[in-house]
Amino acid sequence: MLGKTANGLFWMYRYMERAENTARLIETGQRIALTRLNQTDEEWLSVLQSADCLEGFNATHDEISRDLAVDWMLRSKDNSSSVVSSVNAARQNARLVRTAITGEVWEAVNSAYMALKKALSRKVSERDLPSVLRLIRHHAALVRGVTHGTMLRNDIYDFARLGTFLERADNTARILDVKYYVLLPSARSVGTSIDNVQWESILRSVSARGGFRMEYGAGGGPREIADFLILDKRMPRSLAFCVGKLCDNLDYLATEEDAGAASREKVGMLRNGLLSKSIDDILDYGLHEFLQKTLQELSMISRQIEQDFRFYA
Amino acid sequence: MSEHSVFDEMLGRDAQIRAPYQNFFDWFDKEDPKRLRAKNREAEELFRLTGITFNVYGRSEAEERLIPFDIIPRIISGSEWAKLSRGIEQRVRAINAFLHDIYHTQEILKAGRIPREMISQNEAFQPKMIGVDVPGGVYTHIVGIDLVCTGPGEFYVLEDNARTPSGVSYMLENRETMLQMFPELFSKNRVQPVQQYPIDLRRSLAACAPSMSQSDPTVAVLTPGIYNSAYFEHAFLADQMGVELVEGHDLRVIDGRVAMRTTHGYKPIDVLYRRVDDDFLDPLNFNPDSQLGVPGIMDVYRAGGITIANAPGTGISDDKAIYSYMPEIVEFYTGERPLLQNVPTWRCSEPESLAYVLDNLEDLVVKEVHGSGGYGMLIGPTATKKDIAAFRKKLKARPKNYIAQPTLSLSTVPIFAKAGLTPRHVDLRPYVLVSPDGIKITPGGLTRVALKKGSLVVNSSQGGGTKDTWVLEE
Repeated sequence: MLGKTANGLFWMYRYMERAENTARLIETGQRIALTRLNQTDEEWLSVLQSADCLEGFNATHDEISRDLAVDWMLRSKDNSSSVVSSVNAARQNARLVRTAITGEVWEAVNSAYMALKKALSRKVSERDLPSVLRLIRHHAALVRGVTHGTMLRNDIYDFARLGTFLERADNTARILDVKYYVLLPSARSVGTSIDNVQWESILRSVSARGGFRMEYGAGGGPREIADFLILDKRMPRSLAFCVGKLCDNLDYLATEEDAGAASREKVGMLRNGLLSKSIDDILDYGLHEFLQKTLQELSMISRQIEQDFRFYA
Repeated sequence: MSEHSVFDEMLGRDAQIRAPYQNFFDWFDKEDPKRLRAKNREAEELFRLTGITFNVYGRSEAEERLIPFDIIPRIISGSEWAKLSRGIEQRVRAINAFLHDIYHTQEILKAGRIPREMISQNEAFQPKMIGVDVPGGVYTHIVGIDLVCTGPGEFYVLEDNARTPSGVSYMLENRETMLQMFPELFSKNRVQPVQQYPIDLRRSLAACAPSMSQSDPTVAVLTPGIYNSAYFEHAFLADQMGVELVEGHDLRVIDGRVAMRTTHGYKPIDVLYRRVDDDFLDPLNFNPDSQLGVPGIMDVYRAGGITIANAPGTGISDDKAIYSYMPEIVEFYTGERPLLQNVPTWRCSEPESLAYVLDNLEDLVVKEVHGSGGYGMLIGPTATKKDIAAFRKKLKARPKNYIAQPTLSLSTVPIFAKAGLTPRHVDLRPYVLVSPDGIKITPGGLTRVALKKGSLVVNSSQGGGTKDTWVLEE
């Protein structure tokens, strides 16, 4: 496979994943805003932070409001992580790797692009927001589904998966980091109902509410939530799960020439770090510090993959 | 040539359904126009989804546009096609022999059949190809011959495309769309298939690999990139052939081979189907500013390390001044009378012809010798006085730059318009593959149709559309 193609696949799937994650973050923000009594727009600050686009927002806006934040994350062309920008970038990369993906995957990405271009051509009203967000999730699921159902399990698929799980791990770590303080032991003792809403919001942002309830019933507090999202190997958006997938896919890519040895080593270290720890170790170490360190390692792994597989000249 | 009444390929001249269309017409007659209109919209949706779009030069707002597709097929009988393909094969054979000759001993010039300056002073002549022995002796691996029809079985060659003929993806997608929308039509009519084209193309290219390459040669398609107007087609063909789609920056000359950067290092390429013009192919040998090519590829090529398809320098046979000599060229190399007719052509470089052309501008079509895409031409009968006056000036200033032809009475095929069937002018571009194993012509080709009433311009960049083209089994 061409290095350029590997690069295109990696980023096409990163951007599709990003579009979906951004939609989930907006959904969570909206939900909290609606279920809260005192009306402030504080929540949107942390949503923008989670989506890693607060800095760009502040550079172009003087105040934060629901409308401005939602529009920035959904439609802004100046925000490279907005849903519109992400889907555009995913399609542009899909065009670039058109020969590597199946016709059905291309059509799914192209129809996502066409449908969302139409749905997001104008500001989305509060009333229409739920259906638009559903549309985004629906199209992301379609791309994932045809990828799963039609692509050969070869190196093309491996690079697609690397992009998906790197983005997802990055996203989960970011969401946790923005909200880490509500999961800290000191926060636990407060135990107000607001905290429960906050915990719920974390679970919702990564579509883990159902899974968590299935596992813990009505119980489970912040410690369990942190454990679920960081160390649970069955939860498809947890750090342990994503990092495990990164390992697997790099293993599949390994050949006689030992391609990707450096990336494998870096991911292996990250995984061993996760496997050898309990959630209490992590909380003792400092949740924020741990997540920051993980984010750094993920970005180093991304760069190492680029190098190992000759993404650029 | 019939100058006055227009020949309609479905209705003939006497409004009687012609034999190849009978089956289709019986079906059409029973169809509900409402259903067909819905199908028309469905076709457009399908095209948008598969992304068969093209970029129009000089129009940034219409970044990706669809070429309009018309659901009424153009139908050619098997016997008519058999005759036509013999003519195409003869012409393509002659073009290859001509290219080999002018880049080697130039017998045709020595014999005085073509004036020497036609070659030596021609911008499309590529001096770097002199004396180069191309792999398999093939210059034009892929050729598109543009034909127009003026009456039953009366075809004329409008131009030869031996450089990089485009549009074959539309031929394939048009058929695919028709198969999806109207499967019942294909069980009623025995239409010769076109879907084998990508596999034929790959085999044909592989058969032209340099002698040094392995048993299973590596083929790749070279594109100028994602912003090129034909990018869709480049990706489509690479995908259908199952080969890599590369850009200049993916390639590098290593140890006398052209190699592509893969995830496991550089891998040599045997055959490069390039969709990049000669001029941009190699900044070391041609245009030094080119970012699209591969520095040094021409040196590898001359040393026999890679096959470039089509060979550099083939553009000279597309030249409209050379076109006017094509009957002589066919006779000279095949020893046979040309089976396909040329449109009578006045070379404005010749004083007598120029005088005639200047006197008859309002009846003629005047074209630039190196022009393509329907740009820079004058269509006398439909032009305004002002246009003609302006063109007269250009023509006088650079007569060598132009040729003129009579306006042919192009045939029509109906399109499905709001008011039902309405005739529109069409042309036809069959696609021809050349390899040491032989010449292969895909039955049918791309029918382009002028969607505006009375218009003769079928180019997609100027509002033309396309149709599926059927060649029936005998």
